[in-house]
Amino acid sequence: MNFDLSSRLPKKIGPKKPADAESRASEIAAGPGRGSVASMETAAPETASRPRWDEVSVSQITPKMKAEDLHASFGSAEVIKGISLPIAGKLVTAIIGPSGCGKSTSIRCLNRMHEVVPGATTKGKVWLDNQNIYDRDVDPVRVRGRVGMVFQKPNPFPTMSIRDNVLAGLRLNGIKPKDPDGQVERALRQVALWDEVKDRLAKAGTSLSGGQQQRLCIARALALEPEVLLMDEPCSALDPIATARVEELIHELRESYTIVIVTHNMQQAARVANFTAFFYLGQLVEYNRTQVIFTRPKEQRTEDYITGRFG
Amino acid sequence: MADRRHTDREYENELAQVRERVLLMGARVEDMMTASRKAFAERDAELAKATIRNDHQIDTLEVEIDELCLQVLARRQPVASDLRFITATLKLVTDLERIGDLCVNMCERVTELCEDPTYPTQGPLPRIGEAAQAMLHDSLDAFVAGDATKAEQVVERDNVVDAYYAQLFPELVAHMMSDPTVVFRSTRMLSIGKYIERIADHATNIGELVVFMVRGLDVRHTGPASNNPPFA
Repeated sequence: MNFDLSSRLPKKIGPKKPADAESRASEIAAGPGRGSVASMETAAPETASRPRWDEVSVSQITPKMKAEDLHASFGSAEVIKGISLPIAGKLVTAIIGPSGCGKSTSIRCLNRMHEVVPGATTKGKVWLDNQNIYDRDVDPVRVRGRVGMVFQKPNPFPTMSIRDNVLAGLRLNGIKPKDPDGQVERALRQVALWDEVKDRLAKAGTSLSGGQQQRLCIARALALEPEVLLMDEPCSALDPIATARVEELIHELRESYTIVIVTHNMQQAARVANFTAFFYLGQLVEYNRTQVIFTRPKEQRTEDYITGRFG
Repeated sequence: MADRRHTDREYENELAQVRERVLLMGARVEDMMTASRKAFAERDAELAKATIRNDHQIDTLEVEIDELCLQVLARRQPVASDLRFITATLKLVTDLERIGDLCVNMCERVTELCEDPTYPTQGPLPRIGEAAQAMLHDSLDAFVAGDATKAEQVVERDNVVDAYYAQLFPELVAHMMSDPTVVFRSTRMLSIGKYIERIADHATNIGELVVFMVRGLDVRHTGPASNNPPFA
């Protein structure tokens, strides 16, 4: 007698449950190419020694940088109200939140750019490796060499050629390029711009398209060989194709750099970031692995913001 | 789920529309199951045939809801609770549609059984039907209310239905052994028991989906492997 005995089998002898059930449920938010296959138990172990980002929880982050009770003000107006945030080394951290929540200010505190604005002050500590960058004996210019920044609008120096734009960061920091041609090529190759501009390096940086200009600005930041790259809405002025290129670039740069990206585009955060922090009114509301934030956030305010139920 | 409204009213309306259609589909499937059980209990071949004819409504709703969900995914890129709602819905309609199909199968067996004068024995069949229908009803209630606790209770109740089905099997086998003339009818009865047991499994799936939708936790395939009911 052969009755249908198989109907209940999947329920009883399904694959062994991964220890962290939520990681599977929330796989959807993982970026392209880093989907479920890579996270299945049968996946081959990665050869690299660095930990798999999707197995690292926020409490296990090995921080490259760390903000500790960070406050920042413009005059008497406090815009960052005591934020503590570890930033994982050689991974991408996204900061999201509504306008005015302190996203941009907070990353400008990470390389001492905030204090450049007249009347702007900072309180608290920011650790870069084992050094508080706000210690008295720390030279902010050196900090900015180690922690580079890319801005919202592509801002190549208008009077400079493509080549000089790449070298501009070095020269402004008083560093004489040892191998200028090699450094220019290396930086432009890193941002996948070399093939597009190698025959016109002497042309003005502003002659490039918006997307190319932004990659040029990223090359300019990379020429200084920073350890951390801060990106303040790097794609908000770009079309979808140029945006996709920058995002692809972020995936590649993650191999060598620690990246912090501020973005208004939540899908972008979901695509590129390993960890996502949600800021609201100058405070850190929630910080977690990106796939957790976008599939099952713990805080109601995060849920309301990312689903568009705000205010 | 969405007791807080979206800033974007149009998006809110789209989600509300998905929800309404799922509720309609759920109600239709429940009606279909009620009718199937009634046709069986009252040996009503006409009702069974009418119920079979109604199945296309369920199929149409499944296609329609799938399409609505695709629209939301493509246009809104839902996240968090909205994403869980849409993905759970995409799976839930498959379970509902399968329940509709199983009701059709049940009605087909009823029409065959009606060609003979009597049923061999009903055994625990009425009780299985009642328990499975209650599970379906409660799983849909849990979906509407976003009630994960109720959904978990539905999942637990699957064991009850399995146990009833395990009783039915030896009862019918004993019957067939004592009287070979009831073999054909008894196999029909056994099939009906199996269909109902499967309906309870689909209701269980819906319960699990509701837990995922509300809490973001995947509770599928977490039960002990040892409680396989005999003959099931």
